[in-house]
Amino acid sequence: MTEEIIIAGFGGQGVLSMGKILAYSGVMQNQEVSWMPSYGPEMRGGTANVTVIVSDERISSPILNKFDTAIILNQQSMDKFENAVKPGGLLIYDPNGITRHPERKDINIYSIAAADEASKIGLSKVFNMMVLGGFLKLKPIVQLENIRKGLEKSLPSRHHKLIPENEKAITIGQDLIQPVHVL
Amino acid sequence: MEEKFAHPELRKPEHLVYKTTDLMVDCPLSYCPGCGHGVVHRMLMEVLEEKEIASKTIGVNPVGCSVLAYDFMNIDMLGAAHGRAPAVATAIKRLWPDHYVFTYQGDGDLAAIGTAETIHACNRGENFTIIFINNGIYGMTGGQMAPTTLPGMRTSTSPYGRDIEIMGHPLKITELIAQLPGTYYVTRQSVQTPSAVRKTKKALRKAFDLQDQKKGISFVEVVSNCNSGWKMTPVQSNIWMEENMFPVYPLGDIKVDGELVTRS
Amino acid sequence: MGELRLMKGNEAVAEAAIRAGCDGYFGYPITPQSEVMEYLMVERPYETSGMVVLQAESEVAAINMLYGGAGTGKMVMTSSSSPGVSLMQEGISYLAGAELPALIVNIVRGGPGLGTIQPSQADYFQAVKGGGHGDYHMIVYAPASVQEMADFVQIGFDVAFKYRTPVMILSDGAIGQMMEKVYLADPVARLTDEEVVARCPWASNGRPMSRGHNIITSLDLDPAGQERLNLVLQEKYREIEETEVRFEMIDCEDAEYIFVAFGLSARICQKAMQLARNKGIKVGLFRPITVFPFPKNEIRELGLKVKGMLVVEMNAGQMIEDVQLSVGCNIPIKHYGRFGGIIPTPDEVLKALEEKIIGG
Repeated sequence: MTEEIIIAGFGGQGVLSMGKILAYSGVMQNQEVSWMPSYGPEMRGGTANVTVIVSDERISSPILNKFDTAIILNQQSMDKFENAVKPGGLLIYDPNGITRHPERKDINIYSIAAADEASKIGLSKVFNMMVLGGFLKLKPIVQLENIRKGLEKSLPSRHHKLIPENEKAITIGQDLIQPVHVL
Repeated sequence: MEEKFAHPELRKPEHLVYKTTDLMVDCPLSYCPGCGHGVVHRMLMEVLEEKEIASKTIGVNPVGCSVLAYDFMNIDMLGAAHGRAPAVATAIKRLWPDHYVFTYQGDGDLAAIGTAETIHACNRGENFTIIFINNGIYGMTGGQMAPTTLPGMRTSTSPYGRDIEIMGHPLKITELIAQLPGTYYVTRQSVQTPSAVRKTKKALRKAFDLQDQKKGISFVEVVSNCNSGWKMTPVQSNIWMEENMFPVYPLGDIKVDGELVTRS
Repeated sequence: MGELRLMKGNEAVAEAAIRAGCDGYFGYPITPQSEVMEYLMVERPYETSGMVVLQAESEVAAINMLYGGAGTGKMVMTSSSSPGVSLMQEGISYLAGAELPALIVNIVRGGPGLGTIQPSQADYFQAVKGGGHGDYHMIVYAPASVQEMADFVQIGFDVAFKYRTPVMILSDGAIGQMMEKVYLADPVARLTDEEVVARCPWASNGRPMSRGHNIITSLDLDPAGQERLNLVLQEKYREIEETEVRFEMIDCEDAEYIFVAFGLSARICQKAMQLARNKGIKVGLFRPITVFPFPKNEIRELGLKVKGMLVVEMNAGQMIEDVQLSVGCNIPIKHYGRFGGIIPTPDEVLKALEEKIIGG
């Protein structure tokens, strides 16, 4: 199994930390992982993206131009990465702020209204974990118990009290995700 | 050693009036006759000998006339790149905090190419001693203008005299670093007379004593002659120094116990 | 044994340094490597192992702090990125001339000039051919993973002291910024001052009356003396070339074509290899792990067996000169490169192989 994922959105949406938790969960279940962020000034308020690879084998290139899954959280990222999904691959997006919805017919497309839901129920800080929950419902590449372990590893211990909230967000995300176009 | 003396029977302890320190290597110095460097070397080594800290002292010498100082000082030394002695000494003192560390630098090294290292080591309050020989000229490279060259002073790169409109002002870096909270003892001395030599030695002693207290930089400037670079005899150069250098670089303590000295 | 973590390459360097018993880190912030010093400042090893961590006023000061620390026999290191490493070149030359052990990490970014903060391999010549003045070399490791970033810290210190020479880890912004699994070695205690004195009888760390004074310098005004020093250095570099070469070969046994690449480019070539083999093209990868000493004998032998080589680098063609010198001109050896922070994609690399070597 090798899953090549791009997660892209605005800086501050938790794109990088979502990727980190996913990667750490992969480590917890003994898989090879890589987490390759965009870095530099573009992170500050602009777009941010991270390539996460989870695999049973040694990972070759950590930098890719085609992905099994794209998780897209703003319009700029939609424009940039819709065409980077491999044929037959998966695109997940949050429709919040999206003015041009994905148009491809050769991939599976799901939407997750996580931003709206998160602000509605007062869980904006764990919006990214809702999206992760939606992804894991479709592609359970890591087990939930390993997500918990990944959270423990990647959050400083003073933030461990937030782990239940994160886990709740994952569950909500799993219910929230909706098919848009399925092959 | 014994065979050097025609009358070894005269060498008795009761006859001893002066003895060079064993911390000076017994070899000819590379300095011009009449230059102040050799005197400062000897005072420095005498202080280490009297404090019995030679085995716990690490010296850093510069690029400049004293580039070969490590050959003359019989202690462990490092020759630094031009201007970088305070950075070199910073690491040494941080890694060997119980050792005594000093830099020995000229005006070009300390106040031109190494200004950043000088100011930042002083500002961090590193616990070592900086010995600054100021003769207003680049001696080793053949007498070019230094940051401390006086207005109107002729050098090979200011052959018609330093024009401050074009070449800027003499840099009083010692007064400048005395303003920094990281310096604890800042003084300016000279070595052209026996009493001046004694004062310089006292200042050096105090500078090394202060390293025990770990209160910051102890900085000893020695205004010195450069008879070769100034194109004078040694005696002329010392008179010229007193008449021209001292008004711009007045002698005495500038900062003591962390407090600026107010002059009347 | 050891500990498994998910870390950035830059963080792995910092953690590995603490665990290797490093005595001092001296650095100046520059993207994309600032995490090295940031990590150390958060971990505060000066309160545990006693390791000194100091933010210098410039890269010039930092490299001269290394000179001071190394000259007293301590294990010292710095990290920087291309423009900062350019500023350090004089100091590196002094380290080589004074035969001092030190570790320098270069997280390369695109140039020339202020360039870009994105990854690049354009500092190969500077690292391998002696970027400073005079005839000298460093031992240069080119890690291709976060694990190797950590491993070459301890290995780098070991060889630095074995040969009394500066050692460089030549990485890039992508490997510095990416996170991967890394197995960290168990911490080793720093040497005591007495152990440092015993290990480095040449060092200037306070002269006991039982020996003469030690002098750390690269100066010898006597040309005959300076030539002797140069001959000593050259002899050392020949010994390093005989004993310290490291490389990796993947799928070279049946290969008709070879990618030659170091660091991140080698990872991209591995992906391109998979794509090529899916199309029935038998291609292997030769990855120099030390770029000085360059694995010239090994690549020469490989050159006798294959039809062509594509050297893939994130620069305008630097390592290719070493490949050509090693292999000769019996087979086509071409270069494919991207510059200025652009990372070649596996598709591009495969296309370059097909067009420049197979079809060329």
